[in-house]
Amino acid sequence: MATYDFLFDNLGLRAWCDAGKTGDGPLSMADLLAKANGPKEASIWDLPFPSLDALNDACGRVAQSRDLTKGVENAFLAVKNPLQFVLDPITQPLSWILEFALYTFDVTPWWLMFPILMLVVFLASRSFRMVGLVVACLGFLALIDHYDYAMQTLAIIFVCAFLCVLMGVPIGIAMSRSNTLQRLTIPVLDMLQTLPAFVYLIPLIFLFSVTEPKLYGIAIILYAIVPVIRLTDLGIRLVDEEVIEASDSFGMTDRQKLFGVQIPLALPNIMAGVNQTIMMSLAMVVIASLVSAPGLGVLVLRGIRNLELGVGLVSGLGIVLLAIILDRVTKAALNRINAAQKN
Amino acid sequence: MLHRKIKAGSALTNSVKISIRDLYKVFGADPQTALEHVLNGASKADLLEQYSHVLGLSDINVDMRESEITVIMGLSGSGKSTLIRHLNRLIEPTQGRIEVDGDNVLAYDEAQLRTMRREVMSMVFQKFALLPHRTVAENAGTTLKVRGVAQREYLLEAHKWLSRVGLEGFDKHYPHQLSGGMQQRVGIARALTSNAPIMLMDEAFSALDPLIRTDMQDLLLELQTELQKTIVFITHDLDEALKLADHLVILKDGQIIQQGEPQHILLNPNDTYIEDFVSDINRARVLRVRSIMTTLDGTNAPSNAHGEVDFDDTLESLISTSGGDTSHTYLVMRDGAPVGTLDMKNLVKALVPRAASEAGARKY
Repeated sequence: MATYDFLFDNLGLRAWCDAGKTGDGPLSMADLLAKANGPKEASIWDLPFPSLDALNDACGRVAQSRDLTKGVENAFLAVKNPLQFVLDPITQPLSWILEFALYTFDVTPWWLMFPILMLVVFLASRSFRMVGLVVACLGFLALIDHYDYAMQTLAIIFVCAFLCVLMGVPIGIAMSRSNTLQRLTIPVLDMLQTLPAFVYLIPLIFLFSVTEPKLYGIAIILYAIVPVIRLTDLGIRLVDEEVIEASDSFGMTDRQKLFGVQIPLALPNIMAGVNQTIMMSLAMVVIASLVSAPGLGVLVLRGIRNLELGVGLVSGLGIVLLAIILDRVTKAALNRINAAQKN
Repeated sequence: MLHRKIKAGSALTNSVKISIRDLYKVFGADPQTALEHVLNGASKADLLEQYSHVLGLSDINVDMRESEITVIMGLSGSGKSTLIRHLNRLIEPTQGRIEVDGDNVLAYDEAQLRTMRREVMSMVFQKFALLPHRTVAENAGTTLKVRGVAQREYLLEAHKWLSRVGLEGFDKHYPHQLSGGMQQRVGIARALTSNAPIMLMDEAFSALDPLIRTDMQDLLLELQTELQKTIVFITHDLDEALKLADHLVILKDGQIIQQGEPQHILLNPNDTYIEDFVSDINRARVLRVRSIMTTLDGTNAPSNAHGEVDFDDTLESLISTSGGDTSHTYLVMRDGAPVGTLDMKNLVKALVPRAASEAGARKY
């Protein structure tokens, strides 16, 4: 006898329940345990919450909770093929770009890569100290034979962060111009930001082949694009109203205003967003090693899987060094912009 | 004070540059309906209380003449900033007409409006509103840059005007390297670079400290002597208004309570609000001989005059000339010809505001 039998009896639904009974489905673990322990004495302390499973015990017509997960799964599998048909060709370029970047970083010899990176760092930060820091960190990684892994990680971050900025800034601009769009976009951004990183991977694994780079590319971009969108929107909305009024009063077109006033004045905020985006791609690229993303994350994963403590910790240190480099360089670039725009 | 003389001579002949007729502005969700209530006699307070709409401007009629400085004065919340923004349609009116050179500005489409903002009106802002990421010269050239003028050309033009406002050699500086007064000079240079005949100045000097403000007022008057722009100047400072204005408009709660020649308003305030306003200023420094003299009316110049004074002298300078002797009478000269006489007793009377004398009479 189930706890909630009385409910259906009193409502006069007993016949309906029994008529719909299609025999007991597969037993759950809890059912088996209950059977093994024999019937228990009913007590108010053991009153179960009228959940789907408890109600199902009383009336076979009520769905079980596992039907929900089953339903979600079926629904996803039902839309999977059409979704794949659309998404696969659209996202294919991402695979190509990632493969190309990984290949380029791989074939470029270290004695060419170092000067190139030094030049990039100098152009961004205009600081020799920063160049020194980058050389020291990368030099150390190369010394302990982590250079190739670090370059793979860096290649993935470059591609993903670049794509994030490429897509995020226009989205942010559109949001700043339309309150409706902002209202609609913010819940999506909130969801992307709060969804645990692993959860991204689950539907993606079903949609794309695990061996394809675009799988982790998409996961990283979805995770890391949020700050650049948010801060672009915020930055443009924060531009001094009097300056906007002045731009209008001189007869600027919307285009002149956007590129001549709003984006330049929002640049400190946008750069802060880019910094966050890069840091978040780095965080995700480690997790993405679960779905075949190459780089330092693979070593971390090896450390966990094989309990190779040293391998895991050293590669973790490598990730920290990369994080420091990326953070300091983007912050130096940001400070340079801030200094130029002091009010 | 050269500027004043030109003005006094030409005031009658200047044509109307900007004409505002029956202008109303109501802020709120449904301004048109709320406007009906205003036209049916609801006051600003009624409108706010019963219909939760704010009456920004009510029944504004002003003619702004070419080559004159029209000063719109009022305290905060009087609607003066709202009014000036109607001229270039940064704010759209609820009802009314605004004409510039006889053209109805409100009928302009977007492209025409943009052309007008680029070529006919330029604006100077209270907090300067310079672009922090551009150099001083680039800022000053913004008004030309938006029209598509080549960089070399607009930088040259900007340099010319920057030198004119006293910022020679600052072309390559950034705004944040300049003091407030210098930043506003850039703001003025920017407006002048556009070569627009109309300049709108929204509390342009209010953010500056008093000495710098006086300098900037002098600079503006000096530029005006040369350039003869039509200037609309917003201020909450009566001294500034009296110093600059050819035509003074006093706003209160979105309504014009008096407008006219500043000297006239000072001597004949038609409202207790204005009397309060004018009772605190140094009348000897603001009033001029022409405002209180007795005209000759064809009669011959009296022979008992103690000396000659100029039509445009301030009373202050006359008091110092006379040594304070109230028995003197002076002959008022304009362009070398006698136009009137001034009895020092009249001068002393003019120094006492009407409100003060009445208050005194009541007290004793």
